[in-house]
Amino acid sequence: MTAIRTENLVKTFGTTRALDGFDLTVETGQVAGFLGPNGAGKSTTIRVLLGMLRADSGSASVLGMDPFRDAVAVHRRLAYVAGDVSLWPNLTGGEIVDLLTRIHGGTPRRDARRADLLDRFELDPTKKARTYSKGNRQKVALVAALCTDAELYLFDEPTSGLDPLMEAVFTDEVRALRDAGHTVLLSSHILAEVEKLCDTVTIIRSGRAVETGTLGDLRHLTRSSVTATTAADPARLAALPGVHDLVAEDARVRFDVDDAEISGVLAALNEAGVSHLTVAPPSLEELFMRHYGDETVAAGA
Amino acid sequence: MREPWAGTGQLLRLALRRDRIRILIWFVAIVGTVAATVPALEVAYPDAAARQARAAILTNPSAVMMTGPAFGLDDYTLGAMVANELSLSLFVTVAVMSVLLTVRHTRSEEEAGRTELLRGLPVGHYAPATAALVHVAGVNLVIGAGTALALLGGGLEVAGSAAMGLATAVTGLVFGAVAAVTTQVTAHARAATGMAMVVLAAAFVARGVGDVIDSQGSWLSWLSPLAWAQQTRLFVDLRWWPLALSLALTVVLLAVSVRLARRRDLGAGLRPERGGRAAANPILLSGQGLALRLLRGTIIGWSVGLVLMAITFGSLANSLEDMLAEVPDLGAWIGMGGGDLIDAFAGAMLSFLVFGVGAFAVGAVLRLKTEEEGGRGEAVLATGASRLGWVANWFAVVVVASIVMLVLSGLGLGLGVQAATGSADAIGRLAVSSLAYLPAVLVMAALALALFGLVPPLAGLAWVLVAWVVFVGWVGALLDLPAGLMGISPVDRTPTVPVEAADPGPLLVLTAIAAVLTIGGLLGIRRRDIRSS
Repeated sequence: MTAIRTENLVKTFGTTRALDGFDLTVETGQVAGFLGPNGAGKSTTIRVLLGMLRADSGSASVLGMDPFRDAVAVHRRLAYVAGDVSLWPNLTGGEIVDLLTRIHGGTPRRDARRADLLDRFELDPTKKARTYSKGNRQKVALVAALCTDAELYLFDEPTSGLDPLMEAVFTDEVRALRDAGHTVLLSSHILAEVEKLCDTVTIIRSGRAVETGTLGDLRHLTRSSVTATTAADPARLAALPGVHDLVAEDARVRFDVDDAEISGVLAALNEAGVSHLTVAPPSLEELFMRHYGDETVAAGA
Repeated sequence: MREPWAGTGQLLRLALRRDRIRILIWFVAIVGTVAATVPALEVAYPDAAARQARAAILTNPSAVMMTGPAFGLDDYTLGAMVANELSLSLFVTVAVMSVLLTVRHTRSEEEAGRTELLRGLPVGHYAPATAALVHVAGVNLVIGAGTALALLGGGLEVAGSAAMGLATAVTGLVFGAVAAVTTQVTAHARAATGMAMVVLAAAFVARGVGDVIDSQGSWLSWLSPLAWAQQTRLFVDLRWWPLALSLALTVVLLAVSVRLARRRDLGAGLRPERGGRAAANPILLSGQGLALRLLRGTIIGWSVGLVLMAITFGSLANSLEDMLAEVPDLGAWIGMGGGDLIDAFAGAMLSFLVFGVGAFAVGAVLRLKTEEEGGRGEAVLATGASRLGWVANWFAVVVVASIVMLVLSGLGLGLGVQAATGSADAIGRLAVSSLAYLPAVLVMAALALALFGLVPPLAGLAWVLVAWVVFVGWVGALLDLPAGLMGISPVDRTPTVPVEAADPGPLLVLTAIAAVLTIGGLLGIRRRDIRSS
């Protein structure tokens, strides 16, 4: 089952091409991460998926329906939290949680779940929204979304205003959603968050998906980092196929190696004798830097 | 689009919850004024002879401009008097209210991002705007009904009272629908309000000039929704059908609004935002530069509007000459020669234009509060700018802009008068005369500054003084209000130049009051907390 599918999505604002043939697939029951720098088109995509923007061309389906034409029916089955939440200044946080759950079609929940969420997010529901910080406004929207029993949850940079403790609470909640079989799409420019939570990742840049797959898939395309204490000649190691950026300090060497060439490198190390060895997967940080580092600078974006 | 109206009922409840105090204030202010006016008129004009004397001066253009088409002047009953002299201010007030409420619940919400919050729920494409309009229509109907009851309570006849109540409601509705269109055109609430207010001003001028051309309404009057409500000939020879025009226009405007809404994305206007400068130009970086830049659109808008109105008002002076030609005794009868009569007319028009300058000044000073609460004031102050400098520079820009607007109003009025009557010195004289109103404008602006500096949550109360100034200027003399109450209005304290001499006494007192308020505001901002949300 596919929860979200977009094909060749294009959306322009004046002369700006916010989405430029964007493809995204999220299977039911997955936690999908949606990674990209500011202005890459993450929020635009989510707004298209919510039917708030109409794509210029391409197709999108959410829960098997057209997100623009069937927006109301789709929204009955999903919950959404925006990155920058704006609330009615003269209503309290508690009133707004009730209001949003009510409009979603439920009766306002006054049960343990609501109390538990308010408690865990350390949100005072009696305060007027005008007194809330950005993080607290975001918590109001998160509590309201998590109070609703939806099939699909869309979070647009959900932790951008939260402190690390609250982020941990959010992480727990998303894991609980996955365990209960819900689908989650979350956008972020924070790599650790996506790495921690997501089954699949789509990396978006300038409105196009530049990489997509499971974390495992993505790493397969890339290199591993090797640190070794070895008697091997660094120059010989550096000359092996697939070895990059070798640095030698006394008997310690560090280098990256293409995953396809890793067995040859291990054989060479073994032959020369090795007393300490770590082979680490690249962090998503490194993936990200390769996609955005130089190119972004070059594009002047 | 399926289920485009899902959730409308819930959003309507939300609007009512958010506006319960606001609606109450509008209701009390409008219906209370109507309820108080009818008996006050009975006291001020106790018999037919008194009313007939009042009717006789109503054909002069400045009176027509501020009242309505002259129905029933030959038998000026209390009802005719209420219809003629109260209806325009009533209709304009509900029109302003409807524009403000419509924008508040549509584009303001969208601009703030709260519409996105709601549209992420099972809420249809048209539900937010529909709920807003039903809300505005409901408020208008309640105020219309209250108005009708207030008139009945004042002893006026049933059909006329009901018609005036209905006319109030549908006139509010028309301008709510105007705002429903302007909020689709632009992505910014402030601009949407401004555009709708321009339409209201145009309707006001078209009705006024049209009725000066023909006292029972000319073709020009019939272009104005304000005229349709008045053309029902309330309490004189009642006809209901002009209200059908209002309803028809409302339907057309709503249809246009829906068509426009279909074409745009959430949060967008009809056209994509244009880019601007990549770097600040030197003017922006000067002490007053930021205030000037932020207020630029407002200053230009008000200036253009005031000049156009002033020229239009001034050009009505020729019908004054016609009137004198037709009724040669008139001048002698009210104790003025032709020249004085024109001066009196120009003075009255000038004092009306000052309402606009005062409203600009108060609104512009209160933008400081918006800046502060949006956190932008904090950003400016954090750069090392002093609080005093930030506020004083802003206020200085408002004062200079007010002076320019006063002079422009005088110039425009003079231009109109000179073109209409050939009087050679009108332009210069009226431009200079207009400055007599500067102290009055300063008092209004300084009150806003003082409230902002000393009690920021209540800063909006500065609008109460503006409303009072307009009320006194518009109907104060008609209602024969006590001098003490009228005198709260700084514009009322100002001599009606050029027909009266610019006596320095009251002007100095007003200037002193403005100075005290300004100093209070500036001291206040230095001592209090900077608020942000």
